[in-house]
Amino acid sequence: MTELEYWTQQITQGRIGRRDFMGRAAALGVGTALASTLLAQAGMADEPQKGGTLRLGMAGGSTTDSLDVTTYTDSVALQVGFSLMNSLIENGADNKPVAKLAESWEAKPGAAEWVFNLRKGVTFHNGKTLDADDVVYSLNLHRGESKSGAAGPMKSITDIKKIDANQIQVTLSSGDADLPYVMSDYHLLIVPNGFKDWAKPIGTGAFMLEAWDPGVRAVVKHNPNFWMQGRGNLDAVETTVINDTNARMNALVTGQVDVIHRVDKKTIGLLKKAPNLEIVQAPGGWHTILSMFTDTPPFDNADVRLALKYGIDREKVLQALFAGYGSVGNDHPIPRGDPFYNSELPQTKYDPDKAAFHMKKAAGTAPIVLSASDAAFGGAVDMATLFQATAAKAGVNIVVKKEPADGFWNNVWLKAPFVTSYWAGRPAATQMLGVAYKGGADWNDTHWNRPEFDKLLADARAELDESKRKAYIWEMQKELHENGGALIPVFSDWVDAHSNKVGGHTPHNGFDMDNGLVAEKAWLKA
Amino acid sequence: MLKLIGQRLALGLLTLLAASVLIFAGTEVLPGDLASAILQNSATPENLAEIRKELGLERPAAVRYVEWLGGVVRGDFGHSLTNKRDVIDELAPRLKNTVFLAAYAALIAVPLAVILGLLAAIWQGGVYDRSINVFTLMTISVPEYFLGYLLIKYIAVELGWFPSLANVSPQTPLGDRIFLTFLPMLNLVLVVVAHMMRLTRASVLAIMASPYIEMAILKGLPKWRIVVQHAFPNALAPVINVIALNLAYLIVGVVIVENVFTYPGLGTLMVDRVSKHDVPMVQACGLIFAATFILLNMIADIGAIMSNPRLRHPR
Repeated sequence: MTELEYWTQQITQGRIGRRDFMGRAAALGVGTALASTLLAQAGMADEPQKGGTLRLGMAGGSTTDSLDVTTYTDSVALQVGFSLMNSLIENGADNKPVAKLAESWEAKPGAAEWVFNLRKGVTFHNGKTLDADDVVYSLNLHRGESKSGAAGPMKSITDIKKIDANQIQVTLSSGDADLPYVMSDYHLLIVPNGFKDWAKPIGTGAFMLEAWDPGVRAVVKHNPNFWMQGRGNLDAVETTVINDTNARMNALVTGQVDVIHRVDKKTIGLLKKAPNLEIVQAPGGWHTILSMFTDTPPFDNADVRLALKYGIDREKVLQALFAGYGSVGNDHPIPRGDPFYNSELPQTKYDPDKAAFHMKKAAGTAPIVLSASDAAFGGAVDMATLFQATAAKAGVNIVVKKEPADGFWNNVWLKAPFVTSYWAGRPAATQMLGVAYKGGADWNDTHWNRPEFDKLLADARAELDESKRKAYIWEMQKELHENGGALIPVFSDWVDAHSNKVGGHTPHNGFDMDNGLVAEKAWLKA
Repeated sequence: MLKLIGQRLALGLLTLLAASVLIFAGTEVLPGDLASAILQNSATPENLAEIRKELGLERPAAVRYVEWLGGVVRGDFGHSLTNKRDVIDELAPRLKNTVFLAAYAALIAVPLAVILGLLAAIWQGGVYDRSINVFTLMTISVPEYFLGYLLIKYIAVELGWFPSLANVSPQTPLGDRIFLTFLPMLNLVLVVVAHMMRLTRASVLAIMASPYIEMAILKGLPKWRIVVQHAFPNALAPVINVIALNLAYLIVGVVIVENVFTYPGLGTLMVDRVSKHDVPMVQACGLIFAATFILLNMIADIGAIMSNPRLRHPR
């Protein structure tokens, strides 16, 4: 890290002010213009201002939502949770772990034993001071017999124990250099030891809960004792649940809300025309996938898999379904923005001749059944139909079987050998590879069981040296790209929009709404 | 008379009981189960089993039906399976919103439809009659969400007179509430007016062919008096019936309008819970909807009887 990068990081984390930064930059011989650009890139174009009520219009809310951290599955609860409570570590703007309630952390060689040093002097909404017992309790909510959405990633943790009031030790069954990313998970928020009243969560977050009507709205009010400099500038944040896409877009256009997410990509042109609105776009890890069971005929034949991979027109899918807001996939789940993205793999393109060649080599003539449902993602059936048409030109016969949306995840996904599905992406490459491509993993939706692959994954996890890790992770991407059962046509971008009086709402590769932290990070221009 | 009302009430209750069986059976045959619907693709066998156990989903359906019905009779609809809140507590504010919007729309739509229908009957075949017929036919033929989007586009976005988001909360004062729900109300009015207006017109005109109306004409009464005083009271029975049907629709059929305007009503709640397989909540909503239909139909029946002297004083 250069000194300039260091200061940029300091200001984005709110440790120094804008004027300080300009001064440091000048001392390093950097002109004001370049320094401003650096700030803009870091999402700090203007000085944050205090006060005001930010109104969010969000999809992904349901009347069944709860603020219990173990139950979060969608955007609204996650965003409200992040405004009330903090995680140990934040997934920073550049997709690198950044200190939050943990001030620093360290792994022993092999990455199986970790020590986290907690921030001192942080208080909860009820006045209690944060200590190691709170953290141990909060993390344990997601371990063992837990129904938590984070139970999977926490499974490799064998022990969490308090060393002293401000230090905890985490022991893993096998090394994982990406444990800091696990700790940035939106489920792993810290509450006081023994806390159970999820109707009104107590946290260390920038806001305190004022009103919570599941699937309708949430109101949070400024926490005057919030510990983090430069964050939590708003007086209040009102979240209105607007699941209907048109209603959400209209609410922004008519000025009834200040920020929306999941912008309708087909009508985004209308928003761009409005002079007072801005688009916030980030390339993310969310990807569509057509998953094939690599141990079930005909998909156990590598040539069939290749024929299908060459038989889909990725560009067309990207344009037709996502209006170009995304990028084509290369049949491995690592997005372009990831530091470990394998940039040297050749891009698989639509090639009817190659598809026909591999199909012939596989000597398969029987129609291939693709189970599709819009429950997987909006447009999944359209994608399947498009695929059917382009594959037919190569003589590959695909039959699209429309599955009912109700019960799709229970009865079709992980049951049918060839289905439309999606992955929301994970902050770290090894997490994504581990959750869906590790032999025996619960959600291994391509039945990808390769001991060599699992070894590469274990090695990559246990390795703390970046360049060695990169070699392992690149190799795994190559293997999936050439051989795997995942046909990944496109990665979709996160697209938010806001009124131009909103500042500090920046693009984030992790998730939309600034990776769920919009309430804490945003501010309003006077 | 009292005996008649008693009969209707008993029949209504019986219908309601039958409806409760259908509702329960319907929620049982949905594919997939609550646990997997809650977890979507973050389900693992372990956390699935954990949730099922917690919710008591392994017990037989008949046992759960009898328990549930027993509770309902005592006024206890049980606890929501998804968030464990009391069904009534969660349902009440939503029901209040739904009834508010339905009443708001009905207060405007019913008198409007009857007056428009009577005017159409008075000026039968005239320019007014034809244009009101064409207009109401148009509003009823267009899908309601499309009508909603048109209202949003012109009235909310371009003119900026009324908000497109009807985001009321329990604290919203009445005045704001009326303002915020103006567009959804207008949408509903446009949908229901046609039906009631056309039926008013048709039944009045049907009466207009009877001998006693001819007598009135021969007596030299003005047309409006014939229609309002002589024809309309005798045309009331079918009009009351169609009004009742439309009132029921305003309560049970507005989920699409709720969605377009983000209005927190009962319809959205029910749809949400159907997709999450929250059986107690879906059953409670279903029962309320069934009761609304049965009650309004009963009132319409009784109203029709009251409006007809021959039925009012049976020999």
